[in-house]
Amino acid sequence: MPLLSMGQATNDAMRVVMRIDPDVIVLGEDIRWGGSFGQFRGLYEEFGERVIDMPISESIIVAASAGAAMRGMRPVASMSFVEFSMGAMDELVNQAAKLRYMFGGQTKVPFVLRCADGTIRSAAAQHSESFEALFAHVPGLKVVAPSTAYDAKGLLIASIADDNPVIYLENKKIQPTKGEVPEGLYEVPLGKAAVRHEGTDVTIVAYSIQAVNGAEAVQQLAKEGISAELIDLRTIVPLDIDTVLTSVHKTRRAVVCHEAWTFGGFGAELAAQIQEQLFDVLKAPVLRVGAKHAHIPFAPNLERAVVPATEEIVEAARRLVRQPDRKAS
Amino acid sequence: MTGETTATRPREAERQANFLPRDQLIALHRTMVRIRAFEERVAKDYMARKLPGFTHSYVGEEAVAAGGCAALAPGDLITSTHRGHGHAVAKGVNFNAMMAELYGKATGSCGGRGGSMHIADFSLGMLGANGIVGGGFGLSAGAGLAAQFRKTTDVTLCFFGDGAINKGTFHESLNFSAVRKLPVVFLCENNQYAQYTAVARMTPLKDLSIRAAAYAIPGVEIDGNDVLAVYAATRDAVDRARNGGGPSLIVAHTYRFYGHNVAEAVNYRPKEEVEARRKEDPIPRYEQWLQTNGVMDGAAIKGVWDETNDEVEKSVTFANESAYPDPATALDDLFADTRASWSTL
Repeated sequence: MPLLSMGQATNDAMRVVMRIDPDVIVLGEDIRWGGSFGQFRGLYEEFGERVIDMPISESIIVAASAGAAMRGMRPVASMSFVEFSMGAMDELVNQAAKLRYMFGGQTKVPFVLRCADGTIRSAAAQHSESFEALFAHVPGLKVVAPSTAYDAKGLLIASIADDNPVIYLENKKIQPTKGEVPEGLYEVPLGKAAVRHEGTDVTIVAYSIQAVNGAEAVQQLAKEGISAELIDLRTIVPLDIDTVLTSVHKTRRAVVCHEAWTFGGFGAELAAQIQEQLFDVLKAPVLRVGAKHAHIPFAPNLERAVVPATEEIVEAARRLVRQPDRKAS
Repeated sequence: MTGETTATRPREAERQANFLPRDQLIALHRTMVRIRAFEERVAKDYMARKLPGFTHSYVGEEAVAAGGCAALAPGDLITSTHRGHGHAVAKGVNFNAMMAELYGKATGSCGGRGGSMHIADFSLGMLGANGIVGGGFGLSAGAGLAAQFRKTTDVTLCFFGDGAINKGTFHESLNFSAVRKLPVVFLCENNQYAQYTAVARMTPLKDLSIRAAAYAIPGVEIDGNDVLAVYAATRDAVDRARNGGGPSLIVAHTYRFYGHNVAEAVNYRPKEEVEARRKEDPIPRYEQWLQTNGVMDGAAIKGVWDETNDEVEKSVTFANESAYPDPATALDDLFADTRASWSTL
């Protein structure tokens, strides 16, 4: 099986789908050139006019995708950095997400918005953030955040196949991560989490880069005699809460992790759902690991001070396991 | 004519209109009457608090929707605005589905999910009224993009107001549509007020159509209370769009008889202005033209009004007798549960 990076895997996904479905078109800034991360390299050479270079007009990239999707196309739009999507939030939230519902199911909007998110090499405040909580908050949008090359391809194909708007978040730092990726068409279904590692003492719930950091955390914790279970959500909406609850029911402790801000982040939703369902089972409060509530600074040491990594996950899991039980059980 | 601005002179409009068969001249009148009768009834029932939400009346602007939609082929598309009832009627959405939607009933065009600002009928190419000012710009460009890729002949007519012309999406959409020569016609209903603010206070341009020059597309300013002028200008633009000539901008001057919202106190427009503008009412004006040119007589005109008022009355009964949507369906249709056909491969 070929060993591909996540970026190469999504490029492969585009190629496979565009060969079988003429309704799939690609829109974005500098797409024919290959995209900011090479994720569209070679597509223009193979698919020509179906690869559309767009003006630096984020609103029309999203709105035209939504309009074309209503008329039978299956556009894949690129925002490069996720921050650029803020210029198109009106079209995304007030149009794309609402069209089907407010028109009583008369139309559907099958389009994918690919956005690179996360912190990398001092890109600073406007090129380092993670906005999945903003997208997940809006009904009508699906939100996908892969952490492996296999999932990157399978989830992208599933996102393009889906008849709804899907926000496909590609963490910048883990893009070079290689993994085995099957050739041809396969899908990783939206809304199915993966149990990456089984354990008995604590559940680490993560996605995107924190699922990668979480795997490191599992190894470190094992050396300390702590058996951690790692769940990679893979998709945030739809949320596979059942897999999370099953795991936490077993371990009775949970750490929820993301690179986005902890304050008002998606981890708060996870923590709330876990405690609503499993309050009587939990041995300790659900802990959250995320960025501090500040913009991502430039200086490397400041960046690290705001953005969490493996260490913070290990520390949180350790705290949960080592602290005395809150309840006699 | 790229980049030029030309006014369609009334005589030219009339000359073109004379090529219209008699039944089409009558149909233009009928559409305007249908909009007026529907909207007057809605305003009355709204003021009597029979309708939920709020409603923006199209009364006074009928010539724009009627003339614009008459220039379309049946497979063509429109996008509409928060003041969208007129566009829906002109595109052929039936009174029962519209009225029931305004009442929030399950039999409404959107099953009671949308209401006044979101009436849509995709089976008729009515891609939805839109509560976000300028919301139709990008969707129209997208529809045009789909037509280009799927090699269909449909043209999208994008209705918008003088307020929307100052949105960033106006620029983004016209620029993109122009550079790709998309089959879209942008039809601005300049009713002189963006909500409560006069257009002259919001843009230094007297003639908004000259903005077309920025996109190297044809721009034309017309009398939006002359249904024949609207028809002629839109037909030119639609023909051009269908034949690969790209988008056009039409600015139709008209006037809103009610306020922004039906229920508001209209204290921001001089009384004299409102009175003067009401004298330019597009419907009596066209009825005069029809009679002078021997197309319809007074009795025929009255017949259209009577018949239409009857139909409006029936739609109110239909709406009243229809059931509200089942609360158990409140989350339905948030997501489509279908997917690409190649999913089974």
